[in-house]
Amino acid sequence: MLELIRLDKTYDDGTSFASRAIDDLSLKVDDSQFVCIVGSNGSGKSTLFSLIAGSIMPDSGKIILDGEDITFRKEHERAGYIGRLFQDPMLGTAPDLTVCENLMLAAKQGHWLSIPGKKERQYLRMKLAELDMGLEDRMDTPVRLLSGGQRQALTLIMATINPPKLLLLDEHTAALDPNSADKVLEITKMIVEENHITCLMITHNMTQALKIGDRTLMLDKERSSTTYPKTNAGISG
Amino acid sequence: MLTLIQTAAELGLITSLTVLALFLSYSMLNICDLSTDGCFTLGACTGAVVALSGHPYLSIPAAMAAGILSGLVTSLLQTKMGIDSLLSGIIVNTALFSINIAVMGNSSLLNMNKTPTVFTMMKQLLEDTPLAGKQTLVIALIAVTIVLLFLNLFLNTRLGTALRATGNNMAMVRSSSIDPDRITMIGLCMSSGITALSGCLLAQSQRSVNIDIGSGILTISLASLLIGRIISMRSSLTLRSICAVIGSLIFRLVYTFALRLNMPAYMLKLISSVIVIMAISIPYLKQRYPLYKRMKEGRENAGTDQA
Repeated sequence: MLELIRLDKTYDDGTSFASRAIDDLSLKVDDSQFVCIVGSNGSGKSTLFSLIAGSIMPDSGKIILDGEDITFRKEHERAGYIGRLFQDPMLGTAPDLTVCENLMLAAKQGHWLSIPGKKERQYLRMKLAELDMGLEDRMDTPVRLLSGGQRQALTLIMATINPPKLLLLDEHTAALDPNSADKVLEITKMIVEENHITCLMITHNMTQALKIGDRTLMLDKERSSTTYPKTNAGISG
Repeated sequence: MLTLIQTAAELGLITSLTVLALFLSYSMLNICDLSTDGCFTLGACTGAVVALSGHPYLSIPAAMAAGILSGLVTSLLQTKMGIDSLLSGIIVNTALFSINIAVMGNSSLLNMNKTPTVFTMMKQLLEDTPLAGKQTLVIALIAVTIVLLFLNLFLNTRLGTALRATGNNMAMVRSSSIDPDRITMIGLCMSSGITALSGCLLAQSQRSVNIDIGSGILTISLASLLIGRIISMRSSLTLRSICAVIGSLIFRLVYTFALRLNMPAYMLKLISSVIVIMAISIPYLKQRYPLYKRMKEGRENAGTDQA
């Protein structure tokens, strides 16, 4: 279970430019719940994700995941149990490394000084085949040669190859064409359901949010300290 | 003539170790380590002092350990203390000037004319074999081969792949739950160790070391690395690392021929700077040229419309 307790975050605090991105926000998300987050630009959706993932630190408040206080854990430590995808498909993969090398780093099997063998390659290949995008035959292709949709699908596999406790999806299909977006979203749903991953997804597509989410939250610039009732597919806030 | 080529090859091979160090830090980790000059001299001084105290074999690990330590300081400055990577290189380089003089016992020059070094040991070993008199070449070749093998094995391990990824997309490394700071530290320690080895071997092969032995080595090695990059163009890692060594050999051979054609020796650093400038800027300008041409055409067409 993810628990956010009275989180506060103000950018450039103490200056005349101070802007309060997150104001006294509390939230509870149950295990394997799929929560969609909607809200206008500047309502603090991405800030919320950055706080949970640890790329920025809250001014006050606590973040608790499965009973453990992770408020001050470093970003790369949290990445072991929190997966995150961004809108930009280029962010999640290393362009000059091959598909196999990218996936191998994310899978983190075996000793640091070992060279991955045939068996591991076979396992990674099998994981790629699940995507049904033909990536399993392009294992030795540098990732920079893949399309945005393929890169995002690869990032998704990388984030979930060791199923995380929590998956953060920051408009991860927004930069893709409609076909690729549907495809990536479909794979997302499949992986999340199969592994019972708790998932938060930012989207601007209200229909999509109501269709996919077990629960939909709305962040609001004016009133960000709201309690959110756990209604199924209901809008609140 | 043949001895000239041999000398060039010896020098090229010994300094190609620094090129391989840059291959690791500059090409793989994407960090331009400006402490390279000082680190090279540190290796030379440490190696010379240990050899002078009667331990020729120990001089090599001692020099490498000193280099690793210097790499550790450079990397700590940039990963843990918020100092920009270029700036931390310059700071360490400046500090190393004092340290190097201190290592040499308050002097800026050491002679090893009658000191047993790894090269004199090898010379005795090679006596009465067909390789007699080629001890410098043999040792340089052995060192380059070991470093090449090591780098190629290392870069394909998980850790090596993580190092390449760190230079490529740090965000991806972090989201794979790997600490990029630690990877940067490991990479810079390794490259500095290899740079120091290069300095140690050069000093012992020349039987002397002075405080200026490493000055400009970064630019010279960068020139060699970029020559190697031009001939290897997008091939495999193994080939690219071998081409870095070949680049160093080409550089020294061409330089030797230029000296034969009465070019003054002091031109070395100007030439290496020009090579680095050309190797980096020509691909950039080539990419810009079509755009520039279109802009120019656009301006000319606009002129005729008005008339």
